[in-house]
Parts: sequence; structure tokens; C-alpha cells
Amino acid sequence: MVAVDDVSFEVAAGEIVGLLGPNGAGKTTTMQMLTTLTRPTSGRAQVAGYDLATQARQVRGAIGYVSQRGSASDDATVGEELVDYGMLHGLSPTDALARARTLAERYQLDDLWDRVAGTLSGGQRRRLDIAMSLVHNPRLVFLDEPTVGLDPASRAGLWAHVRELRDTSGLTVLLSTHYLDEADALCDRLLVISGGRLIADGPPAQIKRMMGPDTLIVTAASEAELPGLLTVLKQATDAPPEVSGLEVRVRFAGGTGALAAVLAKIDAASLATESVELRPPSLDEAFLALTSKEAA
Amino acid sequence: MSAVRSTVVMFRRQLRSTLRTRMYVAVGLAQPVLYLALFGPLLGAFADQLGANPYTLLVPGLLVQQAVIGSLFVGFGLLRDLQAGVLDAQRVTPARRWALLSGRTLYNVLDAAVQGLILVAVGFAFGMSADVIGGVVGFLMVLLLTAAFCAAGYGLALTLKNQQTFGVLVNAVSLPVLLLSGVLIPMSVAPGWLQTISSILPTTHIVTGVRAAFAGDIASSAVFVGLLWTVGIAVVAFSYGGRAFTRANQ
Repeated sequence: MVAVDDVSFEVAAGEIVGLLGPNGAGKTTTMQMLTTLTRPTSGRAQVAGYDLATQARQVRGAIGYVSQRGSASDDATVGEELVDYGMLHGLSPTDALARARTLAERYQLDDLWDRVAGTLSGGQRRRLDIAMSLVHNPRLVFLDEPTVGLDPASRAGLWAHVRELRDTSGLTVLLSTHYLDEADALCDRLLVISGGRLIADGPPAQIKRMMGPDTLIVTAASEAELPGLLTVLKQATDAPPEVSGLEVRVRFAGGTGALAAVLAKIDAASLATESVELRPPSLDEAFLALTSKEAA
Repeated sequence: MSAVRSTVVMFRRQLRSTLRTRMYVAVGLAQPVLYLALFGPLLGAFADQLGANPYTLLVPGLLVQQAVIGSLFVGFGLLRDLQAGVLDAQRVTPARRWALLSGRTLYNVLDAAVQGLILVAVGFAFGMSADVIGGVVGFLMVLLLTAAFCAAGYGLALTLKNQQTFGVLVNAVSLPVLLLSGVLIPMSVAPGWLQTISSILPTTHIVTGVRAAFAGDIASSAVFVGLLWTVGIAVVAFSYGGRAFTRANQ
């Protein structure tokens, strides 16, 4: 069975690149190959300027890695983990401690210094994982599905930390995710992978255009409003609206700018609505769109 | 330097983890004492047939049992680290992969040494007699065997990557060692056919060698053959465990 097939891409220094794909697409295998954890059966790669096959130790010295399962041991404290990983990266005990203190402060872990990792919240633990991956000042960091299992607040906090990584340290980040909104919010460029193959490569806006239009969902306040709503929506879009109860759905390619115009028309016609929502394509819809384009 | 430093870090992590688990420390220290207190009197009933103080036979046997079976089970801890992502995080550092293995193994040897010394001390308290130099030789053989089976246990865990399969296989190996190597009862009292099967197992020769060493027969062929098997197993186990650690994930 082939997990990753003929995937080829380059990442420039300082870029945040998202590896986007559904479960089983080959994201983790790609990450594991690039971090020296899995040996590719064929092909070649250079990571941080080093050849993956012949300079694996140099690659490991230049990268940081956070696996989707985490990195920290349940029964080690925050301070111990940071110092230990600094030393495994070749720092002296004194330098490892100094670096650990700096990172603990940056990632709001200083108050948790003596807490064992097993007692930390999901968000705190993720911050520790990221800090551990940075103890040796790597040039490139791999984050494998970093927000899986996090609550919305922790997720937003982690996004801020990832952006900060690039903005303050000039780090290159390759992160895998199966959340379209996460990839959109964080990444300069997206690599879409499906069935082990790279099916799209470009900035988020371009990838989203390839994935098809958003869906505009307007819920009428009452049945009496439906005819008027349908008239407005037919004028505003080329696609035919679909009605289900009080809800009207229509494919809407205009984005938020055009949405304001539609709302103004609804308002001008004095139509009462319960809610208006512009929903991006779901990942399933997006992959269907992209894979059908690929097949064509 | 970095390989030594990595070994020290791994050793320290294991030690810290054990010391935090107070229950483990208590059970680990009590187990050898319980064996001697509860099984020794049973063996005492056959003292005439065995021709020796039962504790003189039992203590070296228990040391070998701990070195083989107890050591193989260290693989469970490694599988927990593998499943929690801890092992991957360590393997993405530039630390030499054999240093990641040797740090863990060194800790296991220290653990076995502490438990073994308690076992020997309690054995003396129960009436065991042993030659001092021979006892040291036998004890060192046991520690080498511990290191070998720990490396094998780690290697096997990384090969199988599954706690259930690992448990089944380790039990399948442990049972014949326990029953056929004369760990608890010397095979000299067993029927002929059982002795023939037993003589095929390397662990039988190691148990016999360690017992001979404790008895002070350092120059005997039994000690030499036991030592030879121990070194042979260690070479194979270190090479297997080291390769499993060095190899990539899949």
C-alpha cells in the first residue's frame, strides 16, 4: 500500500505552509518522512538544506517537531521536559536551563514550571509541546495537527502562538491540519493532499476559489417572507436557490463584499429574517471539488 | 560528549519517573522479600533431596528470573511512550538513538541491582550461604543478563508496536523459562525427559552458572558455560535492540 505517492513541493524560508487533507490523506506520513521518523521507499528530499537520506542527524538538529499525540511525558514536570530536551539537542545543562526559562516565560508556562505534564490542560500541554520543539532554536518547525482535541479558546491561543513564531523568529512552519478555517487563518500557502497525492498548491484564497463557492443560507422569519426573499436572492446570484422549510440556500461566489449588497436589498424590501449565514464549503465538499477537477 | 549527555538525560528521566511512582517503588522492593518469605519455606520441605540450603538455591534462581522476565517487561513502558508521542519527540532530536536505548537500559540495570541486593540481603537473613567473590561474579552475570533482556524487550516492543501482542509474546517466552530453567526448583529433582528439554534452554545453563558462582565454584565449567551464554545473549540482544531503535518508524 502506498501512503504518499509522488508528492513534490518546496517551502521558502519564513513561510507558514499548511498541509491540508482529510484523515488518511498522507499528511502524517509526509511529516514523518520529513522529520526522519519514517524512511521513504523512494524519492529524495532536502530539509533545512540537508539531505534527508544521508544527513538525518543534521536534519534533526535543524528542525522542531510536534506530533499530533504530543511530546511531553505525563510524569515529567514542565521545567524538566524543557531542560531535558535542550540537553538532548546538545545544550549544556546551564544553557538548557536558561533557554527553558526563556521559553517558559514566552509560552506562559513559568507558573506551571513544577507541574507534571499529566496534570496540565490540553492548551497548556500543547504550549509545552511547542516550547519543547523550540529549545534548540530550529530553523523549521513541523506541527502535525497541533489543535486536535483543543477547545476553541485554546485553539485561538495556539494560532496566535504559531503566527508569533514566524513574526518574531522568522521561523519556517509546516503544519498539517484537516480544518479548512485553521489553514486559512494561519497559512501563507496551502498544499492539499488527498489519497497520498498532492492535488493543489497555492495561497489560501486561490485554493478556496478552486474549492467552489460559499453557500449563503438565509432563514426567513415567516413563510410570508419567502417569495420576496427568493426574488432578491435570484437577482443577486446566478445559481438557483433551494428552499427547505423557512431556510433558503444558494451558492454564493461573491464573498463578504457582495453579501453586504444582498443584505441591503433584503432590508430595502422590508423582508424579516431570522438569520443570514455565509458558509464556506465543507472540507468534504472541497475535496470532492478538487478531486473531480483533478480527475477531469 | 553529546552521546554521554543523552544517555545521562535518559537515565535521569527513567529514575525520576520511578521515584515519582511511590507505589511502584514499594511493590518493587517488597516483591523479592515476599518470594523468599512465602516460597522459601515450601522449598525447604525438599531440603534433603536438594542437598543444600533452599535459600542458597532460590536466591540465584530468583535473580535470573528477575533478569529475564522482569527485564523483558520494560517494553511496556516504551510502548506507552511510543503511543504518547514521547518516543517520536526524542527520536527527532539529534541524540544518538543508541544513547536513547542505553540511558533507559542503564536505569533498568540500576533498578535490578537495587532489587537484587535486597534479595541477597534478605536471603542471607533467611540462612542463605554464599561465597563473597563468587557472589559478586554471579551478581555481575545477572546484571549483564538484565541489560541484555532489557535491550531485547525494548527491541521487541518497537518491532511489535502493540501492547497486547507484546504481552502475549513475552508471556510465551517467560513461561518456559520459569518452568523449565530450574529458576525456582533445580532441575536435578526433575524426571529425565524434563531435564533433557531443560538442557536445551540457554537460561538453564545461566541459572546453573549463577548458582555455581554463588556457591564459590568460580573456576567450574558451569560458571564458564553460563557466562558464555550470558555474553552470547547480550551480544545478540544489544545488536537487535540497537537496530530497532535506530531503524525508522515503519
